[in-house]
Amino acid sequence: MTTAYIYDAIRTPRGKGKKNGSLHEITALSLASQQLEALRDRNDLDTSKVDDVILGCVHQVKGQGADIARSAVITADWDQACAGVSINRFCASGLEAVNIAAAKVMSGMSDMVVGGGVESLSRIPMGSDGGAMGVDPSIAFDHHIIPQGISADLIATKYGFSRDDCDAYAVESQKRTATSWEEGRFEKSIVPVKDQMGVNILSTDEHMRPGTDMQSLGSLNPSFAAMGTMMPGFDFVALQKYPELESITHVHHAGNSSGIVDGASMVLVGSEQAGKDQGMKPRAKIRAFAEIGSEPTIMLTGPEFVARKALKKAGMTIDDIDLWEINEAFASVVLRAMQALDVPHEKMNVNGGAISMGHPLGATGAMIIGTMVDELERSGKKTALITLCVGGGMGSAIIIERV
Amino acid sequence: MKHFTLDIDKDGIALVTFDSLERSMNVLSQDVIAEIQQWTATITEDDSIKGAVITSGKDAFCAGANLEELGGQFGSVFAEIKKDEQAAKKKLFDMVFRLNSVFRALETCGKPVAAAINGLALGGGFELALACHARFAAGDAPKLRLGFPEVMVGLLPGAGGTQRVPRMIGLMNAAPLLLQAKKIKAKEALGMGLVNAVVPQAELIGAAKTWVLENPKAKQPWDADRFRFPGGDPWTPKGFPMFAGAPAMVRKESYGNYPAMPNILKAVYEGSQVPMDAALRIETRYFCDLLLSPKTQNMIRSLFISKQAIDKGGARPASQKPGAINKVGVIGAGFMGAGVAYVSAMAGIDVVLIDRDQESADKGKALTETEQAKRVKRGKQTQEKMDAILARITPTTDYSLLSDVDLIVEAVFENSELKAKITKMGEDVIPKDAIFGSNTSTIPITDLAKASSRPENFIGIHFFSPVHKMALVEIIKGKETSEYAISRALDFATRIKKTPIVVEDTRGFYANRCVMRYIGEGYNMLSEGVKPTLIEQGARMAGMPVGPLSLQDEVALDLGYKILQQTKKDLGNQYVPHKMDPIITAMVEKHDRLGRKNGKGFYDYNGREKSLWPELGQFAVDGILDAQPSAEEVRDRILYAQAIEAARTMAEGIIHDPREADLGSIFGWGFAPYTGGAISFIDMTGMAAFVKRADELAAKYGDQFEVPVLLRDMAKAGETMYGRFGKKTYSKAALDKMLEADVVKLANSMGINAKVSDLKADTVAKILAAQ
Repeated sequence: MTTAYIYDAIRTPRGKGKKNGSLHEITALSLASQQLEALRDRNDLDTSKVDDVILGCVHQVKGQGADIARSAVITADWDQACAGVSINRFCASGLEAVNIAAAKVMSGMSDMVVGGGVESLSRIPMGSDGGAMGVDPSIAFDHHIIPQGISADLIATKYGFSRDDCDAYAVESQKRTATSWEEGRFEKSIVPVKDQMGVNILSTDEHMRPGTDMQSLGSLNPSFAAMGTMMPGFDFVALQKYPELESITHVHHAGNSSGIVDGASMVLVGSEQAGKDQGMKPRAKIRAFAEIGSEPTIMLTGPEFVARKALKKAGMTIDDIDLWEINEAFASVVLRAMQALDVPHEKMNVNGGAISMGHPLGATGAMIIGTMVDELERSGKKTALITLCVGGGMGSAIIIERV
Repeated sequence: MKHFTLDIDKDGIALVTFDSLERSMNVLSQDVIAEIQQWTATITEDDSIKGAVITSGKDAFCAGANLEELGGQFGSVFAEIKKDEQAAKKKLFDMVFRLNSVFRALETCGKPVAAAINGLALGGGFELALACHARFAAGDAPKLRLGFPEVMVGLLPGAGGTQRVPRMIGLMNAAPLLLQAKKIKAKEALGMGLVNAVVPQAELIGAAKTWVLENPKAKQPWDADRFRFPGGDPWTPKGFPMFAGAPAMVRKESYGNYPAMPNILKAVYEGSQVPMDAALRIETRYFCDLLLSPKTQNMIRSLFISKQAIDKGGARPASQKPGAINKVGVIGAGFMGAGVAYVSAMAGIDVVLIDRDQESADKGKALTETEQAKRVKRGKQTQEKMDAILARITPTTDYSLLSDVDLIVEAVFENSELKAKITKMGEDVIPKDAIFGSNTSTIPITDLAKASSRPENFIGIHFFSPVHKMALVEIIKGKETSEYAISRALDFATRIKKTPIVVEDTRGFYANRCVMRYIGEGYNMLSEGVKPTLIEQGARMAGMPVGPLSLQDEVALDLGYKILQQTKKDLGNQYVPHKMDPIITAMVEKHDRLGRKNGKGFYDYNGREKSLWPELGQFAVDGILDAQPSAEEVRDRILYAQAIEAARTMAEGIIHDPREADLGSIFGWGFAPYTGGAISFIDMTGMAAFVKRADELAAKYGDQFEVPVLLRDMAKAGETMYGRFGKKTYSKAALDKMLEADVVKLANSMGINAKVSDLKADTVAKILAAQ
């Protein structure tokens, strides 16, 4: 099997996912194509030697429909020999894109592939792409489907995380993000987004709130209590799968859940030879990757299982991993993963995460791989495992090793 | 035509009047459907007809489909499924779709059609009106209701209801009608947008005809260009919360046990995305899917067919005829006696309510006053009616007022001596042919009858609490109780609109024996370390209305505790201890937790709220289990414990008719209604599978799961409970083939008056009606 290497990883700053967000006036196509231009220009990349660009994107409708990856490749003026395909594994799409890129390279069938993602929630909001899962009774009723916020609260209840536990986690995420920005830990990979005139319209993540404390979070009402207990009563759907629980304690709110933001990211994956041909030095090696399905009602417990699967594939143990990056979809997701894997917070999400910086759905998975590539170089540590929980009960993971 | 008349007026409007000959109710039978097809074609093709008004010549508009006839037809299709599933299912689809296509032809006939709804319109009757382009309802018809009862028997509105109502008023507004069988009055229908106007009966047809004349180009909204589903499709901001929320709301109520509910959701969801003709086919497919489901078949059998037969006194011995009950005496004006007086007075029966002092007797009557006042306050009843009901109850201490009663219900304390004394005092005064009934729940009737001077007229009439809410009555035969007494008790029970089952004499009779198994299994699991939440939730998920610990709290722990002490005393060292004994003893003696009655039991009670007592873990003998059982395991324990006890009562000959056992289980203690009852549950599982599973449970959990030998024999022989114990019924085809003399013999054996000189067709009709 050929070894796949990561040669570069870049991302946009994350804009607020609302009409007053800084990236609201920039199309998703532009976000993605600007990233491809930057990837090409800063590496002097011969794009005729890149086989494919795989972009994760969840809401593939309207401006993000019709294979946005191909549209971005063309718009960015990449060589027409490079293809372009869009994929959707919900929140893990960006990481999945890198996994598929790795698989193509490791199989020897492709030499150099970009894995990345793009999502503009300010322009194409959540739910825009329809779908059967939430509304077709053949799945929604028969299989106890509930909104992910209820799943997160279910995890908190089942595994014993209080409101304070979740808020404390969120406070720490904000602290770490603030520190990381102060220290310029993301400098290597952030590429500012330009407007239609070429003026930088966003250079820093804008969702974060440094100075967040327990008090400011304590005043927020739990977001999912009403839909859980009263109308339409999603708690009862969950409790009919988890009847040993008497009720669900609702602990999550906007302050301890991932932020709604816009963004795009790219990770350049290639074989050793392809890198040499381009005159590039590899930054990390891909040791293993995995995907799993898990219980769809509790939905967000995948990270534990997919991490174990990836470790097994890599022939590694939990202790062999220096840094962990588990997407902060909701505080309880990370708290549970740490509990299940017995990983301390010191090793987990060391530069903050989606609670403070936001979660641009299709792009996040590739972004947090880049964060780990940078952090392994900055800290001198060796290995990192990156994973995300996913709607419908899934998980994707990747293990990288600095070279 | 035998069911409709068609009169064309001078304006060319055809007035179609639904008035089936020789039936008191208009129902949709195959013959009726054929005639609808006929007059629809007439309306469509006759150029002199400009439009139509559909109304009924009876009090009610139309009560829906003839379920029994449908059931008979489908029976043959079900048999064919075993030979060629695809072909049989296609045939079933065609049979069911017929009504949909007939109504669709009416609504697309090209001429305006209005419904003049003069009375009750349910199910297919309501759907007929919905297939019209306009609806007018009589505002002064007191019994007029519109609704879809289908979901209550495991079906769905299969003549367009799931497709027309949401297209008219949106999914959210349609939900209570489709999913909860809510019945609405004319005004409410107007407010919801389901009828055009509410007018007095006398103006009804006129209003409908005027509308027809004024709307010559009438079309259904969904047949117009640019039809929009109200509230939007599932992927609009308004539509999404409705469609995403509906499955959750249904799960909350039904625990996923009733296939009709998700099928309704699926029919609405899938049908909403295609034009009406395709939508109706989808609806019919989901309807057929339900018909093929054993749950629906059992629900129809128990909740519709058996219930109708039993409520009419189907358990009556063949030698007896129905009689009137005009006046009863209730001795003992406590909670139960007061309830019996209440339901009797409501049914128009005069009641003499006796207690040992006037104050107690008056207190008993006060229950009726309180309950009636509530109804009047809610506008459900007039003050006049309430006064009339109260006037029927005479609270007194004077036994001589019982001299003209038809029947006594004795409802004093569970004390043999006291009951014996009452029996003598009562029998001294009442007419010789009056029946003496006891509401005892623990003392065998044969024992109580020893105090009676006319034991052939002594019988158990066992009510459930609260009397005015619980439909079941157990009629218990003492050793000497006569068929006449049984018949009179049934006269009473049917008059007060209860569901009466006839049971032989034994401790616990039928319902209490089975309920104790249910509560007992709750105790067993608690003792074995199953989490209390899982016990209670698991029971709800099994289909029980409340968990066993909750039920124990409702009936109070001190009674069970007293019985336990008494039994231990009676049996001495013969007594076999149960897992529940230390628990109930500790709850009563140590913790003073008696249940809801003193605000604490297995639950803590706070007004309307309740929550499990956090200290229940102490009763787990070896601590709470690390590995909890699955919800399925809990469900099987709950259902099998009860069903096996019910099977024991049949095997022991305590109860003879599986219909009564099923209805007793559903209406006596709420046994998972979606199964059709405790006995239907066994047949639905299949006897061999049932015995196998029971043996697994017995090996794991104890001999409460030991099946009677009879079930093992039946498993080997491939028998079912209904096959072995059920009353044989005859189809029209079978009866027509029989010799006249045999038909007469059969009729007489069923208690039907028939002679060889009668027309055979009449005798056949009488037999079919009695079944």
